[in-house]
Amino acid sequence: MKILVCISKTPDTTAKIAFVDNNTKFAADAIQWIINPYDEWYALVRAIELKEADVTTAIHLVTVGTADTDPIIRKALALGGDEAIRINADSHDSYYIASQIAAIAKEGIYDLIFTGKETIDYNGSSIGGMVAELLDLPYVSLATKFTLEGTSAIIIREIEGGEETDKVQLPVVVSCQKGMAEQRIPNMKGIMGARSKPLKVVEPAAVEAFTSIASFDLPPAKAGVKLVSADNPEELVRLLHEEAKVI
Amino acid sequence: MSVLIFLDQANGQIKKSSLEAAGYGAAIAKQTGSAAEAIVLGTVSDDLNELGHYGVTKVHTVKNDALNNVDAQVFTKIIADAATAIGATVIVFSNNFNGKAIAPRLSVRLKAGLVSGAVSLPDTSNGFIVKKNVFSGKAFANVAINTAIKIISLNPNSFTVSLTNATAEVVEFAATVDTAKVQVTDTNKIVGEVPLSEAEIVVSGGRGLKGPENWALVTDLAKLLGAATACSRPVADIGWRQHHEHVGQTGLAIAPNLYFAIGISGAIQHLAGVNRSKTIVVINKDPEAPFFKAADYGIVGDAFEVMPKVIEAVKKMKGVA
Repeated sequence: MKILVCISKTPDTTAKIAFVDNNTKFAADAIQWIINPYDEWYALVRAIELKEADVTTAIHLVTVGTADTDPIIRKALALGGDEAIRINADSHDSYYIASQIAAIAKEGIYDLIFTGKETIDYNGSSIGGMVAELLDLPYVSLATKFTLEGTSAIIIREIEGGEETDKVQLPVVVSCQKGMAEQRIPNMKGIMGARSKPLKVVEPAAVEAFTSIASFDLPPAKAGVKLVSADNPEELVRLLHEEAKVI
Repeated sequence: MSVLIFLDQANGQIKKSSLEAAGYGAAIAKQTGSAAEAIVLGTVSDDLNELGHYGVTKVHTVKNDALNNVDAQVFTKIIADAATAIGATVIVFSNNFNGKAIAPRLSVRLKAGLVSGAVSLPDTSNGFIVKKNVFSGKAFANVAINTAIKIISLNPNSFTVSLTNATAEVVEFAATVDTAKVQVTDTNKIVGEVPLSEAEIVVSGGRGLKGPENWALVTDLAKLLGAATACSRPVADIGWRQHHEHVGQTGLAIAPNLYFAIGISGAIQHLAGVNRSKTIVVINKDPEAPFFKAADYGIVGDAFEVMPKVIEAVKKMKGVA
């Protein structure tokens, strides 16, 4: 079994979001970078669990990013990836990124491709579906449970107003979310071992991006909270009804 | 040239988030001087002529029971064929679970740039620029789509539809329906509850409520307001409430008109999932709770004392005994 886990680097969940160069670029200085939580906690950890159940499983990591992505790749290797491929490019266009990943996936012939359900910075939710279409593979989005049954996968995924159980023949692309696995902390052995695991850097394939970011905006600041006395909740209800007009 | 809107359905009814997408797509059609057409797959009990109220002039249907389960691969092919047949230059989805499954595939298939999570109409004065949420609601990006065909998926509850009396023409689209590679073996729909992703009002509880036995403070208010219920991450992790109720950075991101937070401190990860709510009310006994900084209205007080009074006051306002 060969699993490809797509990972991305994102600002830490508590990072201050600001922009520079006339609001055209994210202020990346002094940002603490992490593995996108959906990629790490759910996609990667579930892949590691599958390897623990079957030691012949190989977990390959793929990411599109410049050299400053290497620390988070090493962390993913410390958690339990076997080897990693970094496509040396910087892009925020989902099609460009998905095309690079699909090229790697085609070469490696994987049984399973895992992505997180979205990144917490650009919130596209697009890479999994695009990779699947590029490879003409089935795609199961927003998976909360994943088990193997021979050469098929049994997947529970979230649908509008409930959940659905799917059975699909491998290979398949799956986007992972909460429920798939639990967050893990890399141990010392993993961290030491990660240093010698292969991290291959490849140049990107020539692909034309479909979109480009023209600028960023920050939401208008909140006017400030209007506090109501704890003795007078009727006033809160009146404000919601008459002023905010939401109830 | 036309705008094609994908309308998804659940249990034979067009979903609210899709109706927003219909109104949004019709507004784009008006803006670009083209016609708004819609596509509906599967068996639907709604009167599709009434989609005209939302500005749609023509509805293409594929009445086939096999399409009542959404398979991204099968749906993508049909929508792509329909888009090509009618010469659609803009395709609109709701950025709901189905939109997230299908729109990316369609983007690849039609070589059409996709902006997911749009929050307003595109700016077509110089190119085609769509504003979308980024950084989990903490910022917006204005994204230029540089391909001939454009795909937009609209965030639920971010566009207000104005209704008319017009009716739409309904036609059958002759589609090739492939057999899905993904076989649905079971579905489990939560019935009788307002789906969290579509709710206009959400009442949510945190660890401050001390235990699942106290959740009536949340559910009673939710019932009165016709609201969905939600919870913070610790609450779902301890198992007081089910995971599908978890809103926040790693749970569901929502944007209701009213988010009512009871006993939630408002950690930055929680705010990332709810900061797009139009009005936020916070009830917390700690005046230093960070959530008050993001709130519109608040009460500093013990939820166990405040909430029964709030519930009474809402009953009085609604004239419920």
